[in-house]
Amino acid sequence: MSNKDAYWNKTKNHMIVTLVLWAFFSLVIFMFGSELNTMSFLGYPLAYYMTAQGSLLAFVIILFWTANKQEKIDEEHGFSEREDD
Amino acid sequence: MFKGDFIQNLPKIYGTYTGGFLVFIILMALAEQAGVSAKNIGVMFVAFTVLIYALIGYLSRTIQVDAYYVAGRQVPTVFNGMATAADWMSGASFVALAGGVYFGGYTYMAFLVGWTGGYVLVATLMAPYLRKFGCYTVPDFIGTRYGGNLVRACAVFVLFIASFTYVTAQINATGTIASRALGIKFEYGVWVGLISILICSMLGGMRAVTWTQVAQYIVLIIAYLIPVFWISSNVGGGIFPHLMLGDEVARLGELEQQFGLVKNSAADMKAAGVPGGLKYISGSHSGVPEGGMAVWKYLSLAICMMVGTASLPHILMRYFTTPTVRAARKSVAWSLFFIFLLYSSAPMLATLSKLALMDPNLPTGIIGKSISEVQSIEWVQRWSEVKQVFIADFNGDGILQLNEWFMRGDVVVLATPEVAGLPFVISGLVFAGGMAAAMSTADGLVLAISNALSHDIYYKIINPKAETAKRLLVARVLLVLIGAAGAYIASFRLTSILGSVAWAFDFAMSGLFFPLVLGVWWKRATREGAIAGIIAGIVSGTVYLTWVFPKFSVPLWGGVNTPFLGIDHLRFGLIGAPICLVVMVVVSLMTKEPSPATQKLVDDTRIPTGKAILGKQH
Repeated sequence: MSNKDAYWNKTKNHMIVTLVLWAFFSLVIFMFGSELNTMSFLGYPLAYYMTAQGSLLAFVIILFWTANKQEKIDEEHGFSEREDD
Repeated sequence: MFKGDFIQNLPKIYGTYTGGFLVFIILMALAEQAGVSAKNIGVMFVAFTVLIYALIGYLSRTIQVDAYYVAGRQVPTVFNGMATAADWMSGASFVALAGGVYFGGYTYMAFLVGWTGGYVLVATLMAPYLRKFGCYTVPDFIGTRYGGNLVRACAVFVLFIASFTYVTAQINATGTIASRALGIKFEYGVWVGLISILICSMLGGMRAVTWTQVAQYIVLIIAYLIPVFWISSNVGGGIFPHLMLGDEVARLGELEQQFGLVKNSAADMKAAGVPGGLKYISGSHSGVPEGGMAVWKYLSLAICMMVGTASLPHILMRYFTTPTVRAARKSVAWSLFFIFLLYSSAPMLATLSKLALMDPNLPTGIIGKSISEVQSIEWVQRWSEVKQVFIADFNGDGILQLNEWFMRGDVVVLATPEVAGLPFVISGLVFAGGMAAAMSTADGLVLAISNALSHDIYYKIINPKAETAKRLLVARVLLVLIGAAGAYIASFRLTSILGSVAWAFDFAMSGLFFPLVLGVWWKRATREGAIAGIIAGIVSGTVYLTWVFPKFSVPLWGGVNTPFLGIDHLRFGLIGAPICLVVMVVVSLMTKEPSPATQKLVDDTRIPTGKAILGKQH
């Protein structure tokens, strides 16, 4: 397998992991809204908290994490851009 | 004053600008103390900020093609994040989001998740690859990847429908705010708004829009957050509302129990003469509605908004402006961070505002008081005059019940500072913020449309030999025409029949999502597949919209139809996008696989290093 193919496989897997996390915070947890709302976080009902703030925050964290991880994959395979590119 | 080049000095320049704006707010506060009228303070806020944007627009003028289309691809990560956040957060986000949460509660908050979660799709599936490609516009990618003028024209068509639906609403919002702040008629307000929008974008294209959007983000976020924090400490919500409103949310639940959540009948409301567009609280603030259909309604709305976000050209094109692929990825993260600052505050503002009106223990509470007493409150009188609030004593007991208080959603943002007893300078600030939000989105949209028409239709299809000067002239003329067309439609207030902003997301996801994603992620996708997919998606989505939306279905289909599986007019992308996918895959597999040259092009798109597919000037 060429370096490019290996790189693309890793990138694809990373994409899938990111989208699984995304689906968890955007869709899966809200399938159980009423159940979650019986629990509380910071004094808020949990489902309310997640839709008002929690999932939004999770997306921000996912995005920074995924960008950093992808940069590592770039470096490993020598596809990292120089700053002055 | 500044050494080195413009880009290196950006933090200093915008730091100075932010400081200057804060000083301006303090000066206005002093002016209010000195007896300057509320109206004049509003005028000064809007006039001062718009002049600054115009100045930035003028200083960013350019005669370079790549500066005009992609800001010279030198916008640093964090600044592009701010510009995208301003591009993204529309007048509707600014003035209507908190109101939506106020009335819609949990169910409405699917919009919050949808309008933020979409950025994960943008970052993983689209932005870095489109940046590597080196395109000027979204149809530029589709046209080059699949090859041919027809597929390019199809993409421009979808872009036009989606963005134009959106832009009339933005110009409408700009006009509304300009007319209220300046005290002029709405019809004039629209044209004042349009001129402000054009000054920011005409001379410098994407470069000018980028630097004004950064300035507009700073104004809008200050204007949103100061009142939220201030109101919170005024009504006893704590200094950091985002983490401290648990008790208030619980208290709202108690008050809902105490007052009762009653649904008014349409006949009662009509008889009482409730003005159109005003709403009342009939649903729970934090409770989750029971049942599978309610869950599906929430999820389906979130899906449409997320997938739509990842297909909206005016957002995607912001990531063409970063210096590198890596910067494009990081920039998406920063964009969402800056959006998060406002979106996570909207539910807090809704909670505080609701509590201020509902809690009888607070001096601001009105529910449960006698109607004559409420009608003598100054802000109630002022907003009643302009038909933004309304009281209907259904049970005739002279006491204001929860279901007897009607209000327009915008009032939550525009009037809460007043209700909570903040000085007028804050209301002036809120006007400036709303104006910034509406203008920045309108700028991005008008530019997305006119760039697609000038680059993809004029230069790529009609006249590929056009010289730079002529291309840029055409781009500017189109910019003015598109803006004027939007303002013309907005000035007739036809926007109500153009429907919801959500439609733009559904149109975009129906016609653009899968052609963009598969263009990068599936080498086997062919030109014929893309053409068939785009047409099938946008046509099926639009036909379904006319079928399900009563204002269209009555004349066209002869009656009102029950939405299929709960897919109503806000969610019609759920019909268009899957059809687009299936047709695109089937037709691609039936046609000859793309040429080796196209496959190599896709391979090159997938790695960050190496030359862009399309050159610096094309």
